[in-house]
Amino acid sequence: MMDWPILSWLIWLPCAGAIVVLLAGNARPRLARWLSLLFSVATFGLSLVMLAVYWVAPSGFQMQENLHWIPGINTSYHLGVDGISVALVVLTAVIHILVVGGAWQVIKVKVHQYMAAVLVLDGLLIGVFCAMDALLFYLFFEAILIPMFFLIGVWGGERRVYATLKFFIYTFFGSIFFLIGILYMYHRAGTFDLQTLQNFPFTFKEQTWLFFSFVIAFAIKTPMVPVHTWLPDAHVEAPTGGSVILAAIMLKVGTYGFLRFPLLITPDASQHFAWLIIVLSLIAIIYIGYVAMVQPDMKKLVAYSSIAHMGFVTLGLFIVYMLARQLNDPGMAQLGVQGAVVQMVSHGFVSGALFTCIGVMYDRLHTHEISVFGGLAKVMPWFGAFWILFAMANTGLPGTSGFVGEFMVIMSAFKASPWIALFAAYSLIISAGYTLYLVRRIIWGTAPTPKAAAMPHLNAREGWVLTGFALAVLAIGVYPWPLMHLMDSSVAQIVTHLMTSKIG
Amino acid sequence: MISVNDLLVMLPELYLTAAACLVLLFDVFINDDQRDATHWVATIVMVVAIFLVIHGQTPQTVTAFGGMFIRDHMAEILKVTVMIATILMFVLARPWLKDRKLFVGEFYSLSMFSVLGVMLLVSAGSLITVYLGLELFSLPAYALVAMNRESKLASEAAIKFFVLGALASGLLLFGMSLIYGATGTLDLHRIFLAIGTTSHLHLLEFGLVFLVVGIGFEFGAVPFHMWLPDVYEGAPTPIAMYISAVPKLAAVGLAYRLLEVGMGPLAMDWRVMLAIMAALSLVVGNVVAIAQTNFKRMLAYSTISHMGFVFLALSNPTPEGYSSAVFYAVCFALMETVAFGVILALSRKGFECEMIADLKGLNHRSPWFAGMMAISMFSLAGIPPLWGFAAKVLVLKAAIDGGMLWLAIVAIICAIIGLFYYLRVVKVMYFDAPVAGTEPLVAKPDLAARWLLSINALGLIAMIAGSGVFYSWCLAAFGA
Repeated sequence: MMDWPILSWLIWLPCAGAIVVLLAGNARPRLARWLSLLFSVATFGLSLVMLAVYWVAPSGFQMQENLHWIPGINTSYHLGVDGISVALVVLTAVIHILVVGGAWQVIKVKVHQYMAAVLVLDGLLIGVFCAMDALLFYLFFEAILIPMFFLIGVWGGERRVYATLKFFIYTFFGSIFFLIGILYMYHRAGTFDLQTLQNFPFTFKEQTWLFFSFVIAFAIKTPMVPVHTWLPDAHVEAPTGGSVILAAIMLKVGTYGFLRFPLLITPDASQHFAWLIIVLSLIAIIYIGYVAMVQPDMKKLVAYSSIAHMGFVTLGLFIVYMLARQLNDPGMAQLGVQGAVVQMVSHGFVSGALFTCIGVMYDRLHTHEISVFGGLAKVMPWFGAFWILFAMANTGLPGTSGFVGEFMVIMSAFKASPWIALFAAYSLIISAGYTLYLVRRIIWGTAPTPKAAAMPHLNAREGWVLTGFALAVLAIGVYPWPLMHLMDSSVAQIVTHLMTSKIG
Repeated sequence: MISVNDLLVMLPELYLTAAACLVLLFDVFINDDQRDATHWVATIVMVVAIFLVIHGQTPQTVTAFGGMFIRDHMAEILKVTVMIATILMFVLARPWLKDRKLFVGEFYSLSMFSVLGVMLLVSAGSLITVYLGLELFSLPAYALVAMNRESKLASEAAIKFFVLGALASGLLLFGMSLIYGATGTLDLHRIFLAIGTTSHLHLLEFGLVFLVVGIGFEFGAVPFHMWLPDVYEGAPTPIAMYISAVPKLAAVGLAYRLLEVGMGPLAMDWRVMLAIMAALSLVVGNVVAIAQTNFKRMLAYSTISHMGFVFLALSNPTPEGYSSAVFYAVCFALMETVAFGVILALSRKGFECEMIADLKGLNHRSPWFAGMMAISMFSLAGIPPLWGFAAKVLVLKAAIDGGMLWLAIVAIICAIIGLFYYLRVVKVMYFDAPVAGTEPLVAKPDLAARWLLSINALGLIAMIAGSGVFYSWCLAAFGA
């Protein structure tokens, strides 16, 4: 059983599925839909098998596969998962089923190509979370741009070409410096293997350069202030499915990258420049929160709120140095990292759900303008209920998944410095502000137009998709222990690793 | 003394010489409507030539004719790729040539002579063979560019190509004469040895500059790139495809033979020259390509920038550097054949698909061709998981290992600029609606062309997995 390359299957099954779906052709959209559902469910099934096989107790990477890729430069097809990867792989697989379901009748042109792009993204994103070789990581990291480029560009809104080119070139700009960083590490260490690189004693000067080459890539991907400007454009123009994948998983690729590269490979530079990331995170949390409040477009509002929430993740990741090294409190540091990862998973579900809801509204009135909607509690009562649940999760109400991660991060931040905690906690007020303000305008009140008053109820398919999101949000909120237990040992190992300096 | 052994070493070349003459003769004796026979004979001749090159492989380097001809693995890799590119041109060009009444026997024999020139060039062991190979490659290529006699553009391109090519040959020859004067020998290996003892170092370096200029012309590197866009635009599309792929492969061989085998001890001098040309080519090629509306011209400037990448690798004079250069050139040639192959397939009688706007809405008209063009564009841009990515990584790695971190950074900044125009082609194909009235534009090329093009394009994806094996071959060819 252990010899069966389950991670390769997880990556390549959806990719193979994409080819099958493409072969179904443009003339048979029904077949394409069912086939892609089949493949995404099968991938999810495999991810559950992986979850079952994953053994929580020992730290370190499991289910490893290691094949030569380009022996001449010592790079290999090396896969493996730890607790954090497992959580993110399962998240990816779940979200993709919901995306396929969400796009069922909404996408009308070139259904087979849409579904194929979604499936390819599924495989490549899982690949990012499984890669244990820096070059392989980069391969997946950058390859996800291609299907997303098509998703936004072909099925997007009016300014889709602008948005998708901006998205692609912006992200490429960041990642290419990352590539130089990777190649420089190879030049010094003679390998692309992540674990070897994490133990390689880079000097402080090297670490500084490497740190910035990593940060430029991951800060754009995450995105952090001030390189976040591509995200609102991409979100507004992307089709619903594209937005969901973008918010729920692709942003996590950036923060996951922070976790695997700068935190562990350049711990000393990260410690030295942690203040920079912390300040940027706090700016994201507070300033972007205010920006979100004034948006007239729902998608933009949720996009900005995503940036603010990702600020929590980067904050949680970079206060560990203060805690682990200066205050010598590995327990709290662990809490911070764990909070960040929980926040990643939670935000995946919450933002995915919110974008799906916006998609539901868009399908009815073909706009994201907030002012067009109103009184949805009366017009679409079930939908209103779902919306309020997700809005509450977005503000971090206890009992929903949004609370857990934010609480853990704020708690560890408090230990690091009450000031940081104060600013971080302030976000709870702002996020409540913009989310509740949005709820007031679209859920309460009365419908502004007869058209908005006559919106049809949720259909069964939409209901199921939203129920899926709601269950996940509540499950993590009420009983987060399994998720935390899953990554306990992996996080502990990360914290232990980054406590030791490389420059002695 | 010529021995049987010498002849055996260059068997593929001798075979191709004979075959090219026979194809020319064969074509005389058939009617115009039987010309397909010439096509297939020529194609089979090339396939057999590939077989001869691969089959006759020797474990180590062999020389013949007193060191004038070298048969090593690098030469074999380049020869096989050149022949694959030529076969692709033969098969993809046939429907195109037929539509334009250019389907003539000379096309095949001229191409084969040109390939023969490349084979001699990459196997050259002395300055004489280098020059012989270069001219044998160039002269048929000039004629091929001018093949469409009625086209003014083609004639203009051919004249430009000829004049500038002759100039480049002249400069190269001048450099060779200086080197001969400094070292007293034409044999590349003896030149290498003589450099250590010569007292005419200045003369030698003066000659070296001219060699580098000649090589720069052959690559089409800035500032010797002026001929390239005009030739791409003016030449018949199949010939443009040939010019985009084959000379670049030849030039890598040329650069290795002249600079490493011959002028190796002066590496510290020429690597700086190459690095400067690399930086210039990257910047000029990528920036100017953005302004192009003609697809072929855009590819020409993109070629210039890619030659910058090859120089990036060559400026690291180690086996790893040369391997990366060969890897990149081979990969580049096979990406270009896809890009040109698609526009060949889309052109029809009375319609040339050569503006970027001609590709509008291609995804609606033919998703398959659009997909292949997209693969080619993403690969040229160096986006994973396509082969161009592996090539780019290897080249950047070579530059960084060679201590040229600044050049690698110039290269990636240019890659970001370059990304834009590749994406624009994809954008035009996928995001724009087709122009009204062009719905039935897609011509059905014959089955062989369709299959070969598809294999070529899908190979660009598959080779990301095969990169390891291929890179090992390249490394082995340079004894690393």
